[in-house]
Amino acid sequence: MTSAHAEHVNGELPHEPEKATLEGRNKTLGFWLFLGGEAVLFGTLFATFLALRNSNNDGPTAAELFSLPITAIATAILLVSSLTSVFAIQAMHRHDLQKLKVWLIVTVALGLAFLGLEIYEFYEYVAHESFGLTTSAFSSAFYTLVGFHGAHVAFGVVWIGLLIAQLYRKGLTVVTAPKVYVSAMYWHFIDVVWVFIFSVVYLLGKVG
Amino acid sequence: MDWLTTVDHKKIGILYLIAGGFFFGIGGIEAILIRLQLIKPMNDFVSAQVFNELITMHGTTMIFLGVMPVIFALMNAVIPLQIGARDVAFPFLNSLGFWTFLFGGVLLNLSWVMGGAPDAGWTAYTPLSSSTYSDSHGVDFYTIGLQIAGLGTLIGGINFLVTIITMRAPGMSYMRMPMFTWASFITSAMILFAFPAITVGLVLLSFDRILDANFFDVAAGGSPVLWQHIFWIFGHPEVYILILPAFGIISDVIPTFSRKRLFGYSSMVFATILIAFLGFMVWAHHMFTTGLGPVANALFSIATMLIAVPTGIKIFNWLFTMWGGQISFPTANLFAVGFIPTFVMGGVTGVMLASAPADYQYHDTYFVVAHFHYVIVGGLVFGLLSGLHYWWPKMFGRMLSEPIGKWTFWTFAIGFHLTFFVQHFLGLLGMQRRIVSYLPNQNFDTLNLISTIGALLMGVGILLFLYNIIITSKKPKNAKADPWEDGRTLEWSIPSPPPEYNFKQTPLVRGIDALWKEKMSGNKGMTPAEPVGSIHMPSPSILPFIMSLGLFIAGLGFMFSREGFNNSFMSFIFNNYLVLIVGLLITFGAMITRSLIDDPGYHIEPEDQEEEEKA
Ligand code: HEM
Ligand SMILES: [Cu+2]
Repeated sequence: MTSAHAEHVNGELPHEPEKATLEGRNKTLGFWLFLGGEAVLFGTLFATFLALRNSNNDGPTAAELFSLPITAIATAILLVSSLTSVFAIQAMHRHDLQKLKVWLIVTVALGLAFLGLEIYEFYEYVAHESFGLTTSAFSSAFYTLVGFHGAHVAFGVVWIGLLIAQLYRKGLTVVTAPKVYVSAMYWHFIDVVWVFIFSVVYLLGKVG
Repeated sequence: MDWLTTVDHKKIGILYLIAGGFFFGIGGIEAILIRLQLIKPMNDFVSAQVFNELITMHGTTMIFLGVMPVIFALMNAVIPLQIGARDVAFPFLNSLGFWTFLFGGVLLNLSWVMGGAPDAGWTAYTPLSSSTYSDSHGVDFYTIGLQIAGLGTLIGGINFLVTIITMRAPGMSYMRMPMFTWASFITSAMILFAFPAITVGLVLLSFDRILDANFFDVAAGGSPVLWQHIFWIFGHPEVYILILPAFGIISDVIPTFSRKRLFGYSSMVFATILIAFLGFMVWAHHMFTTGLGPVANALFSIATMLIAVPTGIKIFNWLFTMWGGQISFPTANLFAVGFIPTFVMGGVTGVMLASAPADYQYHDTYFVVAHFHYVIVGGLVFGLLSGLHYWWPKMFGRMLSEPIGKWTFWTFAIGFHLTFFVQHFLGLLGMQRRIVSYLPNQNFDTLNLISTIGALLMGVGILLFLYNIIITSKKPKNAKADPWEDGRTLEWSIPSPPPEYNFKQTPLVRGIDALWKEKMSGNKGMTPAEPVGSIHMPSPSILPFIMSLGLFIAGLGFMFSREGFNNSFMSFIFNNYLVLIVGLLITFGAMITRSLIDDPGYHIEPEDQEEEEKA
């Protein structure tokens, strides 16, 4: 067959290797659609949170719990990691494998830092504020929304980690490039979701 | 073994058909049991608890495990052929979607033998579905089984979307796509936006039940109406996810057997899109009686009635297609034409229900039951039976028997109207839905008896269809490429059943009804768009099966994580989440394997293509 087979044409890697094959293009498109579904998923979680955010059932309220400095740092970390993943893709377009790996590693490291902060935050709530999943409808909605996002970050960290390993083994090819590209899309997506969480959960909780 | 590892969309279609058919059978048996219980007043054929389980499992099984997979079977079997593609966009994911559906369905049905099926209705309304009122594991099987099966549906939806967007043959513009492909395209988009909502709903409900979260628990600030919103924001689009493919089938079958092109093709396309769009705007018409208030009720009422406009356009287009055509009535077309009046009746009762004040009377009566069975059985199941009879030769290379097919149609259709027509009156007379029995002499007795007789007759129709399949499978595979002789679309331009690679040469499409167009210009077949060459195919893989198995194990692990077992070993592995973890490890392990080992696929060379052609 034709374009699906560009990978057998051993020659120059094209400028945008992620779009060189039909598989690669399909992957990108499929992933865009998948993110559309993810948007509905988070949308439903946000709606649930908004419906229940004042139902704290004698448990702690949002205003009592949240500490904006910590979440602001977390936000900054995640935003920077989006930037570093852009650098990674730019390196990929320059076919600079070395830089690509470095920027991905930085991205993963930032992701881990974010997760560390989140775990610390949850630990504080549970240990010192007796605010657990079962405390109130608000707590259930909070942990589910923020936890879902955290799980997405964790998944992304493992995923990009594995991709880095693949880049070490196989280098940059028309097979690995689409994977890197969609993982960066994913990373931006969870970043955007976090921006919403920061506004809707934390800012609104503190001031709203 | 071949079947466990296949990534060929045609074989996956057959797998969906077998599995969907199997669950359809289970759902059918449940239906018959329900009707036997209601055959006479004060019957004690089954207990109230079992009755609740039966109605819950009947609805759930039919919608999620019966008709959805059969729709997917036809989509898999037909879409790539209709758009002139050699494959779907993601063959591996296609197989994964099938296996997650199957394992989810098996998990759900295991509930029958593992301590009680779900018993809170197919809508699982809280607080009925909370652990307070439903304390067996039934609803856990529901949340987790549907979660796993729903994943498969979502994967399938994305796969079809990408396939249709990127894999169309040269010349196959959007406005030349056959209607079944169009309908499947829109359906897939609806799946993409509706299923994540129920995914969240099921997670929340299982958190409430298994982890003691408080989403729907009023005492802790939760809200049961929230569940209804989440359920119906998925649930109403879901009913259009079910019916649009049937519209697509009918739109392909009627022109073929009228020897005329579809009347108003572009209006059909836009009506489909409009229905899908409106489908997302009307979910609260299921909740008129929850107290949303007059403003919300009025808005949702009007939005609902608007759907009748594009639906009406479709109905008239089908009628105009037949008008003046040279109509013939093989079984496929009988079901297609039989679909029109039944669906119209369902639509009319739909508009009646959409009137909020009237709905206060109809709600939760047999009138609603009659309405949705008219659209789902009289619409969708008729459509599926039409499509199955129509594409059977393409899928299996054998023609179903026409005389038996006619018997199937008449017994099924008559049985159907007997069963559900009278239920409108039962509802208007005040018989509630979901009740295990009723008192004598309330004018319910005779109508219920008729309804049960009708259900048995429908059962006979389905048995005849099965009999037809069995005797057909013993016949030689001699169906022609274009067995109806009036085939209009691309799937009829290649052998029945198609070779592994579908099209030896990708065809060049020159108009709507591509094959018909060539026939009319005096050509024998499609003009190829590329020279004969080596064809690349993806390799089979067992990983999708293993991933789904892992999810299945993890699901059981999660569900029983709080269970008090008598056996200390069982307690140890379940209560410490070991089973859950092992299951997830299996799934993630298979995912990692997949990502590390690239699939080079294989090639079918032109010589071998010749051989396959002769075989
Ligand atoms: C012509 C368009 C339609 C309209 C205006 C309409 C309207 C309605 C309304 C207002 C209800 C709620 C009744 C109540 O619970 O009191 C309802 C229930 C229902 N409809 Fe429709 N409907 C239409 C088409 C369909 C189609 C095409 C399907 C499926 C293929 C469908 C399946 C259902 C189901 C399953 C229920 C009952 C859900 C339950 O409570 O268990 N409807 N419909
Ligand atoms: Cu509805």
